[in-house]
Amino acid sequence: MDQAKSTREAFVSPTVGVHHRRTLSDDALRRLFLWPTLLLLIAFNIFPLLYSLGLSFTDFSAIANQPPNFIGLQNYRDILGDPQLWVYFRNTGFYVVVSVALETLVGFGLALLLWRKFRGSSLITTLILTPMMLSPVVVGLFWKLIFNPNYGIFNYLLGYPPGRGPDWLGNPTLAIWAVVIVDVWMWAPYVMLLCLAGLSAIPDYLYEAAEIDRASPLFTFWRITLPMVAPLLLIAVLFRTIEAFKTFDLVMGLTGGGPGDATELVAVNLYRIAFPNWQTGKASALAYIVLVLIIGVSNIYIKYLNQIKGD
Amino acid sequence: MPKVENTVRTRTVTAIRAVVATAVCILFLIPVIWMMMTAFKPREDVISVPPKIFFRPTLEGFVSLFTQRSTLTRMQQERLERDPNLGWADRMMLQRGLKIIGPSQYVQRLVNSVIIAMLSTIAAVVLGLLAAYAFSRFRVRASADWQFFILSTRMLPAVVVTIPIFLMYTQIGLNDTHLGMILLYTVFNLSLSVWLLKGFLDEIPREYEEAALVDGYTRWQAFRKIVLPQATTGIAATTVFCLIFAWNEYAFALMLTRERARTAPPSIPTVLGTAGVEWSAIAAGSLLFLIPVVIVTFALRNYLLRGITFGALRQ
Repeated sequence: MDQAKSTREAFVSPTVGVHHRRTLSDDALRRLFLWPTLLLLIAFNIFPLLYSLGLSFTDFSAIANQPPNFIGLQNYRDILGDPQLWVYFRNTGFYVVVSVALETLVGFGLALLLWRKFRGSSLITTLILTPMMLSPVVVGLFWKLIFNPNYGIFNYLLGYPPGRGPDWLGNPTLAIWAVVIVDVWMWAPYVMLLCLAGLSAIPDYLYEAAEIDRASPLFTFWRITLPMVAPLLLIAVLFRTIEAFKTFDLVMGLTGGGPGDATELVAVNLYRIAFPNWQTGKASALAYIVLVLIIGVSNIYIKYLNQIKGD
Repeated sequence: MPKVENTVRTRTVTAIRAVVATAVCILFLIPVIWMMMTAFKPREDVISVPPKIFFRPTLEGFVSLFTQRSTLTRMQQERLERDPNLGWADRMMLQRGLKIIGPSQYVQRLVNSVIIAMLSTIAAVVLGLLAAYAFSRFRVRASADWQFFILSTRMLPAVVVTIPIFLMYTQIGLNDTHLGMILLYTVFNLSLSVWLLKGFLDEIPREYEEAALVDGYTRWQAFRKIVLPQATTGIAATTVFCLIFAWNEYAFALMLTRERARTAPPSIPTVLGTAGVEWSAIAAGSLLFLIPVVIVTFALRNYLLRGITFGALRQ
């Protein structure tokens, strides 16, 4: 009896109760919706980062079966004092600056070309965007065939007789350019897409006003087009800088860091120290140096992205 | 008068632009087209000098990609040639003095890629959708900071995160397992999925849900019956972006898998390179790998901008 009564009471509870239950369930729902994601991200990002920060002060090796010894800042001192590592940083710097600069030029150029619609322009835009969606390691691998000095199509299209053209991947000076070429092929479309978004947001009346004032095309470009696209162009440049700095897949597929260490980028070398060489402690220290650099640029990027989104 | 002159000029400029754009587009596509051609070329045509544009297409590359073969002696070969029950693939390899002895490792790795990509995508989209809804509709303490944190996880270089995750996985036995890879890809895709989906959910007017709540729907019912149907396009676009990432991912797979859970990207360079460079097999493998991505790019073309800017910009 009692039980039946209480059940009925629960059912016919006053409206205040219903309302109370709803706000409570909103709260519970919010936690339920949010925390699985946040916990996963903390477990897979924050925790590992703290773990490897600790390891970076040790001589730990993941396969040595020995507990880590605390060695203080030794790893960081070794890394910053290692001239070889500076070579990798220089390779990376060169690669990042040159490829991002070329991507910006080519991407912006393509955007100007495809900005005003003509028949087939949207098909062409989509086709040009395909390289950026492909797997970088697979891309690197098949460009290896394209760059082959004997039967590759790259030299053939440049007009060299078979076997007489440059050996792009075998020549230490050219190899880094080969990586740059493939990177530009893949990512100039990315810059193009962002620039197109910027261009299409420019109001027509600006150009109409410029025309009435008989402004020269160069002046119009310099004073209207460029400043209006600049925010998105900057986003593209920042993002590409971060991504180029992290480049790993493409180099592994295309050159494997060679010939010698001509295309050994920091991310590739970091992988080598950590995995084939198993110098876990040292790798963690280098990882942290890379991380600090990336976080610096990323912060600017994310702030900027938020700012644009807020507009 | 100047008006007419103007349109003539505009038209000429447009025509020139169209021609240049088409030329550039063809230039951009040459590598992809070349790979498609290589995938169907017979062995000797792949390395012919000068490069061959016309050739007799063959499936040799695909057969060598998917099978393991052993070399036959002259006598075995002659004996096998008289066997009437040989399939076309066996015959093709027999001409090269090889016998198909079973499926290659690549088959297993492609299966792994499909399993890991699909399950991790489902997990990332479901979790991302819930979190995005919470960020979009509820008041979350330090909401902006959390969102900033979620996005920043995407910027971490794979190698940096992998070292501790490798150690963690070794401890709990998740190294080289499907579950381990699914979890990792889920986490990596979460940032994208939360940001993208939040953008899509923000566009759905709150009034619909509020009306439903007034009508006696619970919050969960309103979410399921009102919000979800309106978010389908956004969910579809997000799903595809997550799929592409998981499908293309190389660095984590290279470092955290060996045999059991190894996916296709790290095995295309290694497995196939063992018996000399079989370019047509590599091209066939790459092609099979790229086809889904190319199709998807077309399906997604209106959402690409959104996808690559984490939902910050839309066309």
